[in-house]
Amino acid sequence: MNKIAGVLLAAGGAIALGGIALHRHEPINALWIVTAAVCIYLLGYRFYAAWVAARVLSVDGSRATPAQRYDNGRDFVPTHRWIAFGHHFAAIAGPGPLVGPTLAAQFGYLPGTLWILVGAVLGGCVQDMTILLLSTRRDGRSLGQIARDELGPIGGFAALIGTLLIMILLIAVLGLVVVNAMKHSPWSTATVFATVPVAILVGVHLKRLRPGRILEGSALGVALVLLAVLAGGWIDAHPLLRGWFDWPSLPLAGFVIGYGWIAAVLPVWLLLAPRDYLSTFLKLGTVALLAIAIVILHPQIRMPALTAFIDGHGPLFGGKIFPFVFITIACGAVSGFHALVASGTTPKLIASESDVRLIGYGSMLLESFVAIMAIIAATLLDPGVYFAINTGAGVVGSAPAAAVHTISSWGFPVSVQQMQTLAHEMGETTLFARTGGAPSLAVGMASIFGSTFGRGLLSLWYHFAIMFEAVFILSTLDAGTRVGRFMLQDLLGHVYAPLGRTSWYPSVLLSSTLIVAGWGYFLYVGVIDPNGGVNILWPLFGIANQMLAAIALSVATAILVKSGRLRHAWVTLLPLAWLATVTTVAAWQKVASADPRIGLLAAARELATRLAEGALPAPVAAVAPQLIFNQRLDAWLTGFFTAVLWLVILDMGRVCVRKLRGLPVPASSEAPYQPAPRLGALALAGELSREGGR
Amino acid sequence: MSPLRRAIGRTVRAAVGWLRAASGDDAYERYLTHHARAHEGPPLSRRAFYEEREKAKWSGVSRCC
Repeated sequence: MNKIAGVLLAAGGAIALGGIALHRHEPINALWIVTAAVCIYLLGYRFYAAWVAARVLSVDGSRATPAQRYDNGRDFVPTHRWIAFGHHFAAIAGPGPLVGPTLAAQFGYLPGTLWILVGAVLGGCVQDMTILLLSTRRDGRSLGQIARDELGPIGGFAALIGTLLIMILLIAVLGLVVVNAMKHSPWSTATVFATVPVAILVGVHLKRLRPGRILEGSALGVALVLLAVLAGGWIDAHPLLRGWFDWPSLPLAGFVIGYGWIAAVLPVWLLLAPRDYLSTFLKLGTVALLAIAIVILHPQIRMPALTAFIDGHGPLFGGKIFPFVFITIACGAVSGFHALVASGTTPKLIASESDVRLIGYGSMLLESFVAIMAIIAATLLDPGVYFAINTGAGVVGSAPAAAVHTISSWGFPVSVQQMQTLAHEMGETTLFARTGGAPSLAVGMASIFGSTFGRGLLSLWYHFAIMFEAVFILSTLDAGTRVGRFMLQDLLGHVYAPLGRTSWYPSVLLSSTLIVAGWGYFLYVGVIDPNGGVNILWPLFGIANQMLAAIALSVATAILVKSGRLRHAWVTLLPLAWLATVTTVAAWQKVASADPRIGLLAAARELATRLAEGALPAPVAAVAPQLIFNQRLDAWLTGFFTAVLWLVILDMGRVCVRKLRGLPVPASSEAPYQPAPRLGALALAGELSREGGR
Repeated sequence: MSPLRRAIGRTVRAAVGWLRAASGDDAYERYLTHHARAHEGPPLSRRAFYEEREKAKWSGVSRCC
């Protein structure tokens, strides 16, 4: 029976992919992409994931998990697999799979789609599931600790530094995305600002008024933020109030930085926790709604399969399709960050090892599907409109007439009139040069929702989409700053012991300030950059994220070899080799390319020359020294990432070679086997019903 | 009650149960059950439990890109 289903699935996937192939020269329907994706996911889950879990990882349902052994009713809680799936998915899915595919759509719809599917099934999902199982077998220890135990201090230190840096870059680039979405948009700004008092209100409700009634508090919060979307429209229509929320990007960046600092030092129950409940509900609701709307509407994809920009002169960011599509789309295909979550909260919830396939592999498949929906939302736009929204003024100029002329000359016709009508429909004054991906995604989502559920409400849908993106970007920003603070305090504690105490207020203030200053700097430079900043920051974040994935896969490979499973080590080694290749090639090009659109040092040189010649317009000349410094700094940072990456890979190789030669290696840190308690005796948290149990 | 209504009732109850468990809405009740089974002495109050749970949740990596 299963075999028949498998064959049917394979046939469905093949027909859908064939449909995509046959339609290469005419517009294809998004439903083909959705069908191909779902079939590939089901095949990957049913066959590859099952094989990896059983044969490579030797998943053993009879083995007691940390949740069973340390069950304390608080953080170690054996949890029903579908609940744990919900928790894990909510934790891994952030704005990354929405922004990356939107940017990568400049290459056409095909490269991004293929990488999202193949990368997830063979790379990202395998990474997530493997790390989840390895951590579950090690009492839920973190990736950094596992690296230290299994490889040695070098691997452990590299993982720690890598995590800290990636956090800073992630927050900076996400902050930039929000700032670009709010720039000169009173409606967006007012709505996003309103989410802060709403979150505080929910926080007070959950702590003081009705402690722990999370559903009730979240329902209240969601109703209030929806009201805030409406209220934003009234403010936008009011001549006086409108002015209060109409800001250029620099002060908005200041607000975001100040907000991040305050959120990091306030107690979590007041702002961070309630905001996260809101963002989780909005995220799950919107993703489900988007999936339904795409199926109902089944829009035509208007972007070509491949654009001319695969040769490297793309307007959103420079660089050829190889390696840059694989760097731009990290989350959604392979995301190293997931290894931190898979070795954090989730392993403490696992009720049985046999659940890791659903929770680890399955959650990542769903995230990959979110990325597919983002690429559909970007490519169903008229390509001319897509490029007009996403191209920075530094590339096409700030005058609309010049911009549409340049973009039309690329073969993607668009007119000023068309852009004005669109901006008017969306309730914005302009949509030109709204870089960062959020506005173009919001236009795409508004078109989908508007066409499915009523076209008169386009501007409401647009600002709902902006609010939805902003809420969980800010939620990642809070949480990331806080985690960064803890990591920094841990490091500083080695220098001066009291600084390591997480509740000592001077240390809290100092470390929070340092972390916020770190990402605040990159955010500031991104804001003053006439090209929009995202073109530099996003690839850098992508490189950092893939580097972290490569570290996680190195640790996994070393453990497979050490435990005598050399024959199957290719399961993690293959994605590792691919990621190491794309990351290294991309990093090399970012540092050394002579093309200033790609190479950071070349860009710094070109800018310095033009500054010295006096060839720069006055506003650019004023910030040029900072841009030059930042490009050089980014080049060093890229080089540093590559060095850390190869250090870990070499360390992994050293441990593997020693093992194969029979020399001593660090002992396995796996917890010894204990039989799981009898299932009947165990009441799973969130048991659905008697039939729903296992 | 007709079988259909029973089935609908069961589905709705299961959905609400899932939502409560997934959001952590029932965490305190679960903690009380656990406490009664495995510990002596008075359990934490609802408010103290909520505060401690949020603190523990946000001291590690629990959100990502």
